[in-house]
Amino acid sequence: MSYSISPLGDSALTVDFGNIISAELNKKVLLLVQAIEKAALAAVKDIVPAYSSVTIHYDVISLLKQHKNKSAFTIMSEEIEALLSQPVEAITAVYRSVQIPVCYSLKYAWDLKEIAVVTKLTIEEIITLHTAKRYKVYMIGFLPGFAYMGNVDERIAVPRKLEPRQKIGAGYVGMAGKQTGIYPLTSPGGWQIIGRTPIKLFDKEKEDPVFFRAGDEVRFYSITEDEFYNY
Amino acid sequence: MSFTITKAGILDTIQDEGRFGFQASGINPGGVMDIFSARLANCLLGKPMHTAVIEMHFPAPVICFNEAAMICVTGGDFTAAINHKEIQRNQPVVVNKDAVLEFKKAKHGARCYLSVLNNFRISAWLNSYSTNIKAGAGGLHGSALKNGDIVAFEKISALSDYLAKEPFKRLPWKVQPAKLTGANKIEVIKGSEWNWLDDTDQQTFLNTSFKITKVADRMGYRLAGKSLTLKVKEQLVSSSVSFGTLQLLPSGQLMVLMADHQTTGGYPRVATVISAHLPLLAQLKPGEEFSLALTNVESAEKKLLQQFNYLQRVQYAAGFKIEKILQ
Repeated sequence: MSYSISPLGDSALTVDFGNIISAELNKKVLLLVQAIEKAALAAVKDIVPAYSSVTIHYDVISLLKQHKNKSAFTIMSEEIEALLSQPVEAITAVYRSVQIPVCYSLKYAWDLKEIAVVTKLTIEEIITLHTAKRYKVYMIGFLPGFAYMGNVDERIAVPRKLEPRQKIGAGYVGMAGKQTGIYPLTSPGGWQIIGRTPIKLFDKEKEDPVFFRAGDEVRFYSITEDEFYNY
Repeated sequence: MSFTITKAGILDTIQDEGRFGFQASGINPGGVMDIFSARLANCLLGKPMHTAVIEMHFPAPVICFNEAAMICVTGGDFTAAINHKEIQRNQPVVVNKDAVLEFKKAKHGARCYLSVLNNFRISAWLNSYSTNIKAGAGGLHGSALKNGDIVAFEKISALSDYLAKEPFKRLPWKVQPAKLTGANKIEVIKGSEWNWLDDTDQQTFLNTSFKITKVADRMGYRLAGKSLTLKVKEQLVSSSVSFGTLQLLPSGQLMVLMADHQTTGGYPRVATVISAHLPLLAQLKPGEEFSLALTNVESAEKKLLQQFNYLQRVQYAAGFKIEKILQ
């Protein structure tokens, strides 16, 4: 398996499988996360899966106190290399398949008109293409619960906006290149806004406050403004 | 058994060492900016290093104690005073009921820490007391402390006896920690995209200084310096970043990520500041300059361990002294 391990400062390391967005590399990411979780290494503080890399944040002091003659980075690298050299197991985690309602009304779809001009498609065609595909949640990042999903149909894959917006509310659905995602909290952001979902994606009161997990499969379906309000 | 924020400062938050284990959900660790000073405040009171403290910026709050407490102030020098009498940083003080703690003038540093021996009575969010303002969770009520907020803490009866009606008493131990690094020289470890800079720009990175711009907060500092360009033009797919990561923005300027950084980012990671020098960076203010030097992981780990061992000695020694007072 081809990968590289490099330090991210002195308290984390990144295992990189390649600088591309692909379902194949993302599967390697999920498998490695599964193996690290199963190994339950005491010094691991955080495991962060991304598109094609996994970063492990670890406790330097506890590792140094256990092993006098090795650096914490070396110890962690060896642990991870050992996990990567094991025979590949099947993914045991059960990923959900979720349907997300989206109101694509122009009231919420701030950039749909412009995307229609750029792509030479009608607004209806864009909505059809956005709802036709089953997306994969590749990673969560940027904000609590912000899911990076892909891949968006080439015909509607428009680059992010040149000037980010100062304020995008919770639930707004965006696109950036082949990625699509939903803002779980009010935030500045540069993605093209094409609709809004009434689903609450971040709830601090819940034991698991975040709706999506890396590995989930997502399909969007169109709802009217009335359905949005009465959801 | 509490203190009241009579007048809130510009940004006072409850923080501990951060909320780890949830970055896979996009929830950033947060936590104190200057972990050395926060730990030192706890250690001088013989408390576990990770205990929650109040992190303050200047203007700092006015705090009125509703019950006797033992406190310690560390970090930036904001001229702390109790009932208008100056107290020293890095020296614990026992304060009586109705004592007022305030901070008169910012002399040095960007952040100041207050630890209280009497444990705070607040509830954790996802295993941490750190305030996550963006998520509106953690800390006292998911936001910075406000006028009139009451932070409850445990009663320690022996403290009133020790004070014998005095408004406050300075305790007879203090420390003067050695400077973390000389002349604002901050050490970094090469990042994954270090080699995306050509030789000339690598030299610029290491031999010129960088100024902290006004865009500097708990999330990160934008730096101003000689513009750097990438010889590799590849787009990076997003991946995890950390406290101390130096990202190169499309403008050619650097941004160093601080405690409240996002969990992931897509800008080239040129280098990462070593953990042992983050406390120094956390105490620098807009307008101040520093330079960068390369080091390796082994040396960075050793410096971190030295700091930890120092703090542990302080904690151990203070533990006995406090035991005696509380007898």
